[in-house]
Amino acid sequence: MEKTKEILNIEDLCISFEQYEKGLRRVELNVITNLSVNVGEGEIVAVVGSSGSGKSLLAHAVLGLLPKNANVRGRVSFRGELLTAERIRELRGKEICLVPQSVSYLDPLMKVGAQVRHSRGDEDSIKRQERLFGDYSLKQKTAGLYPFELSGGMARRILLASALMESPKLIIADEPTPGLDLPLAKKAMADFRSFADEGNGVLLITHDIELALEVADRIAVFYAGTTVEEALVSDFEREETLRHPYTKALWRAFPRRGFQALDGVQPYVKDMPAGCPFAPRCGLAGPECAGEIPLRAAAGGTVRCVRFSGGEEINGGKEAKSNEA
Amino acid sequence: MGIQIGKFIGVNIAKAVLLIIAISVVCFILVSASPVDPVRAYVGEVGMANMSQEALQQLNDYFGVNTPFWERYFNWLGDFVRGDMGQSLIYRQPVADVIGVKFINSMALMITAWIISGILGFILGIIAGMRRGSAADKLIKGYSLLLASTPSFWLALIMLMIFAVWLQWLPIGLSVPIGVDASEVSIFDTARHLILPALTLSVIGVANIALHTREKVIDVMEADYIVYARACGESTRQILKNHGLRNILLPAITLQFASFSEIFGGSVLVEQVFSYPGLGNAAVSAGLSGDVPMLLGIAVISAALVFTGNLIANILYGVIDPRIRRSMLHE
Ligand SMILES: Nc1ncnc2c1ncn2[C@@H]1O[C@H](COP(=O)(O)OP(=O)(O)OP(=O)(O)O)[C@@H](O)[C@H]1O
Ligand SMILES: [Mg+2]
Repeated sequence: MEKTKEILNIEDLCISFEQYEKGLRRVELNVITNLSVNVGEGEIVAVVGSSGSGKSLLAHAVLGLLPKNANVRGRVSFRGELLTAERIRELRGKEICLVPQSVSYLDPLMKVGAQVRHSRGDEDSIKRQERLFGDYSLKQKTAGLYPFELSGGMARRILLASALMESPKLIIADEPTPGLDLPLAKKAMADFRSFADEGNGVLLITHDIELALEVADRIAVFYAGTTVEEALVSDFEREETLRHPYTKALWRAFPRRGFQALDGVQPYVKDMPAGCPFAPRCGLAGPECAGEIPLRAAAGGTVRCVRFSGGEEINGGKEAKSNEA
Repeated sequence: MGIQIGKFIGVNIAKAVLLIIAISVVCFILVSASPVDPVRAYVGEVGMANMSQEALQQLNDYFGVNTPFWERYFNWLGDFVRGDMGQSLIYRQPVADVIGVKFINSMALMITAWIISGILGFILGIIAGMRRGSAADKLIKGYSLLLASTPSFWLALIMLMIFAVWLQWLPIGLSVPIGVDASEVSIFDTARHLILPALTLSVIGVANIALHTREKVIDVMEADYIVYARACGESTRQILKNHGLRNILLPAITLQFASFSEIFGGSVLVEQVFSYPGLGNAAVSAGLSGDVPMLLGIAVISAALVFTGNLIANILYGVIDPRIRRSMLHE
C-alpha cells in the first residue's frame, strides 16, 4: 500500500501495565491493544484521539521509555529494521527525536538554553540554538532562564527547539501546539512540513483534528488504546469516504458541521468491552462487534470495524505477533 | 535586593538572640529548681563541714544563693553580653576559656564525622537508589536501617571493644596520650585519638543521609525530565551527571547541614564513652557536679552551634536552588 519508503512501522502494538490492587491481587491493565500506525518518508502522520486514548504511551513505547512495569508486545520497525531495546538506545536523540508533552520534561535546575543544546557548548550548537530562538520569537536572554520562569507557550517553543536542534529522520511530537498562539502554531506546523518534505517523517500526536487536517498527510484515529482507522486527509472531505463510525462521529462534531457531539465517554481501561471498544457508543453495534475485529485495508487507508465491507482483510492477526518491540 | 538580604540577616540575628535568651531562661529555671547547691559543689562535702559561718556567708553571697531569680538571671545575662560567662566550679577557670578549648576539640570531632558521613552517605545512597532492588541496595538499606536504630553509646562501646581492646590498633580514650608532656603531643597523636570517636559518629551519621539520598534518587530517576533525557539519547551515566546529581545534591546538602544537631547530640554520648575532652563530655561532668556556670555556658554555645547549622542550611538552599534564589531577587 505504500508508495513511499517506510520510516516507522508499528504493527499490533499491545501495552499493558502490571498493577497490584487491594489485597495484592495482580492485575494486567491493557492500555493499548493491536495498535498499528506507519509513517513513510516525506510524510506527516497525525495521531488523533481524545485524552487517555494512549497517544503519549505510543510515543514513549517507540522510544523505549516506558516504565519497568510496562509489558510491550508487537512489532516496531524503523527504516525496515526491527527495533530492539539496544537499537532504540542507539537511535533516540539522533535518528528519532521526541517533542515531549509538557514542561515537566525539562530539568528544573538547568537553564533552558543548555537544555535545548543538550548540554553541548560548541559554537555550532550555540549558533543553531540562537537561530531557533529567533525563529520562534524567543528573546535570546530566554536561554538563561530556568523552566519555572517560562510561560506555557515559551516552554512549548523550547521543547520544539530542542527537537529541531538535531537532524533526525523522525520527529515524534506529543501535543506540540497547546499554549501557542495561531501564528506560532502555524510556524511550528510549517517547520514540520518542510522537515518532512526533506524526506523525513513526523508522527504528530494531537487531539486537535482540525489542525491535523491542515498539515498532515494521513490521520490515524485512536480510540481507547487502538487505531480504529487510518485515513488520508482527503478522506475527511466527505463523511462517506470515512470508514469507521467513530471517525464519522468525529467528522460530524466539527464546528463547521454543526457540532454534533457524540454521547457517552471512552471506556476506562479497567472496564474495556471485548471486541470493538467503540461498540457501546456505536449506533451500528451488534453481537458480532464483541468478537475479534480484523484490520481491513481500503482505498489507501485501514479500518477496524466488522460493519465495513469494502477492501480486504490484512493478516495482522494473532500468528504474526512477535515478542520484541 | 539589598533590602531583601538586609532583612534576612536582621531577622536571623533577632531569631538567634531570642533563641539564646529562651534557652538560658529555661536552663536557669531548671537549675534553680534542682537541688544542686553551688556552694556545696564548689567547696565539697568536707569543705562545707570545716568552713566558718562567715566564709560560708561570703560564698553564698558570691554565688547569689539568696538573690531573687530574675536578678540573678539578669546579672548573668549582663556578664554574658560582656563576654564573661563566669567561673567554672570544677575547672577553676573562666568558663569561656574552658569552653574555648573543648569547643575546638568537639569541632574537630564533629566536622570530621560530619564530612565523612556526608560524603559516604551520599555515595552509598546514590548506589542504592540507582540499583534499586539489587544486592548492593539491600545491603546498604539494611545497614542504614540497622544503624538508624542503634544507640550511639552502644555502638561506641562496641567500637572501643573491637579496635582498642581486642585489636589494640587505636587508643582507648582522651585526646592525647597519657603521661606525655603537652608540648610533645604531635598532631599525629591527636589525629589517632580522634579516629575512633569520629568513626563511631560517622557510621551513625551515614545511615540517615544514605536513606534520604536513596529515596531522592529513586524519586528523581522516575521524573519526567529523566525520561526526556533518556529520549534525547543520554546514557544512565550522563543522566546522573547532567541532571541527577544537581537534583539530588540540593536536598542532600540542606539535610546534611540541618542534621548537624543530630551529630551534636550523638557526640555528647560518644565523647562520654571515649572520655574525649569535648563539649559533650564537659557538659556531663558539669551536670554531675553541679557546675552551674559551665552548664549554662555550654547550653548557650550548643544552641548557637545548632542554630548556625540550620541557618547555613537555609541560606544554602536559597543560594543553590534557582527557584528560591530568583524569586528572592525578583521581588
Ligand atoms: N504508568 C502507567 N501505569 C498505568 N496506567 C498508565 C500508565 N501510564 C499511562 N497509563 C494509562 O494509559 C492510558 C493512556 O495514557 P496516555 O498518557 O498515553 O494518554 P494520552 O492519549 O496521551 O492522553 P492526553 O491527551 O491526556 O495526553 C491512560 O488511561 C492512563 O491512565
Ligand atoms: Mg499525552
